[in-house]
Amino acid sequence: MEKTWNNKAWFMVLPVLVLVAFSAVIPLMTVVNYSVQDTFGNNEFFWAGTDWYVDVLTSDRFWDALTRNLIFSAIILAIEIPLGIIIALNMPKKGLGVPVCLVLMALPLLIPWNVVGTIWQVFGRVDIGLLGRTLEALGINYNYVQNPIDAWVTLIVMDVWHWTSLVVLLCYAGLVSIPDAYYQAAKIDGASRWSVFRYIQLPKMKRVLLIAFLLRFMDSFMIYTEPFVVTGGGPGNSTTFLSIDLVKMAIGQFDLGPAAALSIIYFLIILLLSWIFYTVMTTSDAQS
Amino acid sequence: MARIDLEHIRHAYGAKPKSENDYALKEVHHEWNDGGAYALLGPSGCGKTTLLNIISGLINPSEGRILFDGKDVTHLSTQDRNIAQVFQFPVIYDTMTVYDNLAFPLRNRHVPETEVDRRVKEIIEMIGLGGWAGKKAQGLTADQKQKISLGRGLVRSDVSAILFDEPLTVIDPEMKWVLRSQIKRLHKQFGFTMVYVTHDQTEALTFADKVVVMYDGQIVQIGTPAELFERPRHTFVGYFIGSPGMNVLPAKIDGSTATIGGETIALNFRPEIKSGAKTELGIRPEFVSIGREGMPVAISKVEDIGRHKIVRARFADQPISIILDEDGEIPAEPRIAFDQKAINIYADSWRVGGEA
Ligand SMILES: Nc1ncnc2c1ncn2[C@@H]1O[C@H](COP(=O)(O)OP(=O)(O)OP(=O)(O)O)[C@@H](O)[C@H]1O
Ligand SMILES: [Mg+2]
Repeated sequence: MEKTWNNKAWFMVLPVLVLVAFSAVIPLMTVVNYSVQDTFGNNEFFWAGTDWYVDVLTSDRFWDALTRNLIFSAIILAIEIPLGIIIALNMPKKGLGVPVCLVLMALPLLIPWNVVGTIWQVFGRVDIGLLGRTLEALGINYNYVQNPIDAWVTLIVMDVWHWTSLVVLLCYAGLVSIPDAYYQAAKIDGASRWSVFRYIQLPKMKRVLLIAFLLRFMDSFMIYTEPFVVTGGGPGNSTTFLSIDLVKMAIGQFDLGPAAALSIIYFLIILLLSWIFYTVMTTSDAQS
Repeated sequence: MARIDLEHIRHAYGAKPKSENDYALKEVHHEWNDGGAYALLGPSGCGKTTLLNIISGLINPSEGRILFDGKDVTHLSTQDRNIAQVFQFPVIYDTMTVYDNLAFPLRNRHVPETEVDRRVKEIIEMIGLGGWAGKKAQGLTADQKQKISLGRGLVRSDVSAILFDEPLTVIDPEMKWVLRSQIKRLHKQFGFTMVYVTHDQTEALTFADKVVVMYDGQIVQIGTPAELFERPRHTFVGYFIGSPGMNVLPAKIDGSTATIGGETIALNFRPEIKSGAKTELGIRPEFVSIGREGMPVAISKVEDIGRHKIVRARFADQPISIILDEDGEIPAEPRIAFDQKAINIYADSWRVGGEA
């Protein structure tokens, strides 16, 4: 079939392009601009080339934060994806239970990030928080302000509580789209519970799982508000993720050059990893 | 390889059925003989799929019992009933190959792999997908998928019964014919009890020893094709079987005469009719003759369909169809007569009267 080329079509997308330019491209280019220059104030800038990039990439501070990010995202994905699938599989398919479950699932998603942070910050406090006090009473030594492990556990539990619902809802949408006839055929064919999951449910969830995986990866990799509110990056630097480090650098120390370079690197890492995940997951899909 | 008894089965999909209309199956009490080939015929929504699902155990009936060879299986799961079922819409396992799809029901039952291979290869040839064994089932066309669905039903040779729910709807006519005779052959070879749902009366009539006609959640008649044709138990069977269907004309019955409009027709028996019932006379178009003698009709249309002509006419202000031989003539002032032996009388849609 001949493709028709119509140059007028470009005018149609122009408004969107302008909008995207103002909201994304221009701010991004500003950051790029900062990242290659130096300043001593007075709005005077000097060309710095790739110096800031070299600085950032050779600093331990960057690699430590990046490692923390990667570990955090890996843990989050390893918990939330399977947990989300399990919950979705066990949700009712019809009846009064459906709206009840859906509302319960949606609730955490409706709460703003900083509120979630505040809730858990208070909840986990040893002096007044319900969780902190309870654990204390049970004889478990828990203090997220002083103990790095406790701080991590708190952040992970909080993120699981906040975002597993998203995975659940996406999986559930995939599951309810499976016609009854498939389950009936599976019964006739004598399929086990595992086979039903492996050959009917999982294939139907594959697409939504890809979306869930990418969303949760990007989101957890960019986590900022919750650790900022709950731990402030501490104790020590144990919960200082790239985003927190970035803000410290840019706002706290006003090192615009390195901060801008870090932003660009951060951005490229997310882009690269998302692209890799997407490619790997879609090509494995095409093969199987 | 089992006789199946359905004892007073009723089924409603809603939780608390209030009226008779809430039942998808009103009352089915019927025995399917061991090794019998039954065609289940009926209009959309009459409960055919519901009945099959009850037999296979996918649905638990609201009331009644199911027996296999005299053993109560009402509460047994589908897996424990050892029944194969082919669904109305193709169900395939997308991520598996064609071969694995067909092997799936066998492997789930731990059939030895050599036996699996033998059965699958036989079936795969039979459904005409020989060259496709290693292909992923995902990209296949609708009729190929339906063939796989069918194949998964046929691959188990030791089942008690196979239930087919309109398995050949999306398959082209020539292949349909081939598959139909293959199914017949397998039926002869293995002797499973077979229930075959279809919309298509020619398919039903050529396929089965017994045809079961369902209407509005009930089985209205079970019989050989000839019985259904000559003695429809319900006016619906009259309409549904035959082309065109039976003429059903409102009639007043008095002793052994029927009156339609101003015309009186003598019957060869005395129907016993409860007072107040709505009475009708049924006569197949094949048994109405046109000539110079008899009752006057007004011809509205003649359709020539090759071997014979279908005459559409009005008789006593009712539409009536008449089948005429290819070389049959219609006189200037046509009159019709009914073959007395072929007249059926209906009270409230059910056939009445003896065979006298
Ligand atoms: N899962 C269900 N829930 C509620 N009602 C149902 C369900 N399945 C079928 N019904 C109703 O039960 C009646 C019988 O349906 P069934 O599917 O058995 O008909 P069918 O004879 O197989 O029709 P078709 O020829 O269209 O397949 C219909 O009125 C239908 O609307
Ligand atoms: Mg049906």
